[in-house]
Amino acid sequence: MKSFQLKAKILSQTKIKDNYWYCELSAPEVAGHALPGQFINIRVSDNFDPLLRRPISIHGVSGAKIKIFYEVVGKATEILAQKKKGEHLDVIGPLGNGFEYSRIAKKSSNRRTILVAGGMGVAPLVFLAEKTKFNKPLVLIGAREKEQILCSQEFKTLGCKVIIATDDGSLGFKGKVTELLKEILSESQQISKPENIYACGPQPMLKAVARISCENNIASQLSLERHMACGFGACLGCVVATKSGYKRVCKDGPVFSGKELTW
Amino acid sequence: MVKQAKPNLSVNIGSLALQNPVMVASGTFGYAEEFKGLMDLKKLGAIVTKTITVKPRPGNLPPRTCETPSGMLNSIGLENPGIGRFIKEKLPFLNKLGIPVIVSIAAEDNPEEFSTLVRQLDKINTVSAIELNISCPNLHKDRLISQDAKETFALVSAVRKLTKKCLITKLSPNVTSISEIALAAQDAGSDAVALINTLTGMSIDVHKRTPKIGSWIGGLSGPAIRPIAVKMVWEVYNKIKIPIIGMGGIMDTESALEFFIAGATAISAGTVNFINPRASLEIISGLEEYMADNGILKLSDIIGRLKACED
Repeated sequence: MKSFQLKAKILSQTKIKDNYWYCELSAPEVAGHALPGQFINIRVSDNFDPLLRRPISIHGVSGAKIKIFYEVVGKATEILAQKKKGEHLDVIGPLGNGFEYSRIAKKSSNRRTILVAGGMGVAPLVFLAEKTKFNKPLVLIGAREKEQILCSQEFKTLGCKVIIATDDGSLGFKGKVTELLKEILSESQQISKPENIYACGPQPMLKAVARISCENNIASQLSLERHMACGFGACLGCVVATKSGYKRVCKDGPVFSGKELTW
Repeated sequence: MVKQAKPNLSVNIGSLALQNPVMVASGTFGYAEEFKGLMDLKKLGAIVTKTITVKPRPGNLPPRTCETPSGMLNSIGLENPGIGRFIKEKLPFLNKLGIPVIVSIAAEDNPEEFSTLVRQLDKINTVSAIELNISCPNLHKDRLISQDAKETFALVSAVRKLTKKCLITKLSPNVTSISEIALAAQDAGSDAVALINTLTGMSIDVHKRTPKIGSWIGGLSGPAIRPIAVKMVWEVYNKIKIPIIGMGGIMDTESALEFFIAGATAISAGTVNFINPRASLEIISGLEEYMADNGILKLSDIIGRLKACED
């Protein structure tokens, strides 16, 4: 896997709603190598406060362009959102190991792959859905309320079936997206049982997905988020506990098999 | 026009000759392979490895890092594969680079472990120097060797007998008098001192009312600590005769120059490697430019040449 450090020109920067932003960057080398589940590490400021880069997952690739979809959650993302079209961002990427999807049989019947997204967890899963659209994945999107349900149209455009869960019941299934997952799996016949579950979202959701997948004997791949200092495996700061000891989320992940993690 | 001679950046640290005085600090550069593809490693003055212990160490409980104003806290806890696997799995890549490799070592429980490590490293020709990390703040110890002049003297004396390789003693800023410790290292035969290691610090998540890192306390690094580091280099420079490798929040050429003028013979880029992997190379060319612009032919002409303020 090869990574690059470059000045990526901002081609577009659009506020989707509230604190959610969509941005396109010109980064030919990154775009040429990027896989779903990988991320870029962005330096939002030339001075040293904020000091560290911010890892942002790759939302999609088109030609020499990489797309990111992010939420303003603090000082660094606030600075990022203020950057205008035509400005440049110092970017390192693509970084990390993405989702493994090459084994999804092209001939396998539809909906045998489930993508589970919590909140901003949709960001890398849209890219994955694009790469696995031949399988027409079933996408479960969860959030606290309907205003936080993101990207459902993007998934539908790719031919995915989308089911929504909200904690307050303001849209779709009332409850956690993992409760929805459990229900769907208990209904599915042995013959049409899903073969792969991919998930990205808050840690409690990921833990529940890992447990439910395991109970149903389905392979799961989870994309983790951690505070990172370097993003390329040098500092050993972002580790997570696994069956074979601590692993770096930035380099050995961010995608891990649910069976491997001991959290 | 007379063509100006290229500025000479080479320096010596004891028996160790460096093509330039810019090294990368232990713990911020892994075992160099992590930076392959992001920069030309062969241009560095030297590489200091992540600290190695006798046995493998899993490291401390995550989360291990957090950002602070113009800095960061870390408590990695010397995660490393142990000396055996280091020699087998990590050293071959470093050997191929053709630049000096400085191996950083530490003891977990007993200072004797330093001797065990030095004995093994002494036999390896490609190890150019050994850095004694007696100042890691993340081992959950009540006191560090580098916080006691007598213990520092005893440790350095003991390993000095075991090797002729260049020995560098890495000092902690978490002391009353760093020059007292530096003198002890010098008197015990250390070829150089490296300073500063991180300052201990703490950061609290007020919403959860928890420390932001799993070990509660960590080591503070980055530009936030630079003035402290520059002051300590200057203070030590005025007390000792052996070379100083200066570090602490160096981000660019200007901050590197502060350390040379304060008295450092070489510098290490540390935390900046995480943010800009090419920073050390930018500093090397920046130093050449500074010297050319100011008519300085040898770097030694600016080392320790701090003048009083002008009116």
